[in-house]
Amino acid sequence: MGREMTNQKPQSEMSYTVEQLVSVNPYNPDILPDLENYVNEQVSSQTYSSNANLCLLRLYQFETERMSTQIVARILIKALMAMPAPDFSLCLFLIPERVQILKMRTEWVLVLWKGRGMTIGMQMEDQFKTLIVLSHYLETARFRQFWDEAAKSRHILEVVPGFEQAIQAYAIHVLSITYQKVPRSVLAEAINIEGLVLDKFIEHHITNSGWSIEKNQNKGQLIIFPHNEFNDPELKKSAADGIPLENITRILPILG
Amino acid sequence: MTGAAPYDSDQPHGDSASSYDPNYVPDSVKSFVVHMYRHIREKNVYEIHQMYETSFQSISDRFFKDAPWPSVDAVATYVDNDHVFCLLYREMWFRHLYARLSPTLKQRIDSWDNYCNLFQVVLHGVVNMQLPNQWLWDMVDEFVYQFQSFCQYRAKMKNKTEQEIALLRQYDQAWNVYGVLNYLQALVEKSSIIQILEQEKEGLEQFTATDGYDYSGGSNVLKVLGYFSMVGLLRVHCLLGDYHTGLKCILPIDISQQGVYTSVIGSHITTIYHYGFANLMLRRYTEAIREFNKILIYIFKTKQYHQKSPQYEQILKKNEQMYALLAVTLSLCPQLKLVEETVNSQLREKYGEKMLRMQRYDDEAFALYDELFSYACPKFITPSASSYEEPLVNYNQDAYRLQLKLFLYEVKQQQLLSGIRTFLNVYSTISIAKLASYMEVDEDTLRTILMTYKHKMHSVDSDGKIISNMDTNFYIDDDMVHVVESKAPKKYGDYFMRQIVKLEGITSDIDRVKLE
Repeated sequence: MGREMTNQKPQSEMSYTVEQLVSVNPYNPDILPDLENYVNEQVSSQTYSSNANLCLLRLYQFETERMSTQIVARILIKALMAMPAPDFSLCLFLIPERVQILKMRTEWVLVLWKGRGMTIGMQMEDQFKTLIVLSHYLETARFRQFWDEAAKSRHILEVVPGFEQAIQAYAIHVLSITYQKVPRSVLAEAINIEGLVLDKFIEHHITNSGWSIEKNQNKGQLIIFPHNEFNDPELKKSAADGIPLENITRILPILG
Repeated sequence: MTGAAPYDSDQPHGDSASSYDPNYVPDSVKSFVVHMYRHIREKNVYEIHQMYETSFQSISDRFFKDAPWPSVDAVATYVDNDHVFCLLYREMWFRHLYARLSPTLKQRIDSWDNYCNLFQVVLHGVVNMQLPNQWLWDMVDEFVYQFQSFCQYRAKMKNKTEQEIALLRQYDQAWNVYGVLNYLQALVEKSSIIQILEQEKEGLEQFTATDGYDYSGGSNVLKVLGYFSMVGLLRVHCLLGDYHTGLKCILPIDISQQGVYTSVIGSHITTIYHYGFANLMLRRYTEAIREFNKILIYIFKTKQYHQKSPQYEQILKKNEQMYALLAVTLSLCPQLKLVEETVNSQLREKYGEKMLRMQRYDDEAFALYDELFSYACPKFITPSASSYEEPLVNYNQDAYRLQLKLFLYEVKQQQLLSGIRTFLNVYSTISIAKLASYMEVDEDTLRTILMTYKHKMHSVDSDGKIISNMDTNFYIDDDMVHVVESKAPKKYGDYFMRQIVKLEGITSDIDRVKLE
């Protein structure tokens, strides 16, 4: 999922500097260009930093004339990829509506003026709406509708590599906290993979993620997820009966 | 609000405008500043606190009910024209003005200047005073409040006069959001409060144990201001809608323990109110419920002791707001077992009806969510200045409307969950097909709803870990839904420990008897 991505890739020099800036001197309009460049780096290197992106959205909130809809769209896509973390909502909280509309109208007018035609202008406004619709589908686990809409909006989403895999990871997360055993058709619809590709996918997870399969009488394949505290009540109970260490240390002198 | 008062003099509004003489210093004020000045020099924190809390209030009530205190120039002669004392006096002066009267634009700007000067003195580390925590908290709290008030004021463009706009353009640095955030951040950094709190955990520093006071002859001002500034940052970030960063700012403070933040009730309430609200917006429902529950119990037990204090009104107001937030949170995530009996009965009294209606998720329910959220939410602000160009419209409600809209959007997404809850509370196992027919949806839709339930009732904490907020738990096995009975887990470990300690106590008692 989203947050784990920064730990998997080695930190670039730029990301190190920007992270420093964000933690030491975040309320500084001069770092805006660095943060914008960092968004583009996150896109190209398939990393993610919610702190840096929130910092940028904050600066845009303070100086609305400097807001770039293109950068914001990228941040929103990256935030979608971070699900189940609520990053997408966190971003929306920071984007003033008034500016959104004004900004988009201005850009729309500018584009028309440059003679590039209506369609591109409309795309600007559609971008934010589309992303919100996509988020809505993911939040309400409507995966089939999500993948349909995503296919129609490929031109918006393909600028960010890794999008599909990230959403598939989210889908699997939701399935694995809901199901102990899930029918193949439900899995297929959730991750938008079918047939031989799906077979390969399942095999990969059997080897690496502890999945297993069994045959269901008439419906075909059942995929079994490893048990976790969310889909297995037994595991949850043992977590709740834990005793904090400080309490034990109180009685150690007595026992000893 | 700013009215017709001239902009270059500190004149109040109302009938006393004609009778206010900034240079007239009644004897009680003279005596007040002289004694206050002496106590500050001699570091008599208790006396300073008495004068600050009680004397200031009673003199205000007697002489300055709706007029400002004498100007700082008039009192300066009684205190050796001490620069720092004058800054402190002006701080109180402006706070009194904001509380009793409406500040003019010029006054707002002057107050900003005063805070800048005061903070700069503190940041340079040349301050050698010990001030009561109450006062230091009030400084930070008032600073953020005046910032919020300024943003609201600035956003009401419709009736602004030419002069006001000109003044706003000229003094664009006053209450600038960068300035406010950077001062708070600077106080946190310069005081090294985060490192102090870290080292305290390892026993290398004393801070909480002394309530932040310095008993080795130094000053508590920078450290405590730095500490309270973390709460100030939490508040400002909530006002901007940045809940994630707000919670990050408060991370060095362990809210599961007592601390300097609990030494002043205003700070305690502000911290938990914003902490709870931020968690609510981040869907960390159980965390929000726990903290609201704790603070509401605390207020219930201690509010009687604050009846005479000037903060009493505020305490009651925040109490009511947190009940409303708790009602909202519990309607989204009915974890009633987390709520203590006293709080629960108060909650039922205030919002029992409304909570039942909110859980129906019909049109009326949304109106109630809207009502309670609007009543209880922080006064969100738009941090950017407008372009001051025609047409002049009021945009002071924009920030609030955005947060409300997004909140209701979230509620809407959870609309179908209450139906599920009803059935899950009745069955221990039920097939997808049957449940779908009861809920009058097709099987695919039902699977979607069940997954939404799971997703919405799990939140991600600041470390990326998944936390369950599930009230009624379940899992699906192919096409069967298995409901997990949520029994309160038997705390065997706890029970054994208590018995061990008890036995030890009895044994040692018996031993003592033998010796005698």
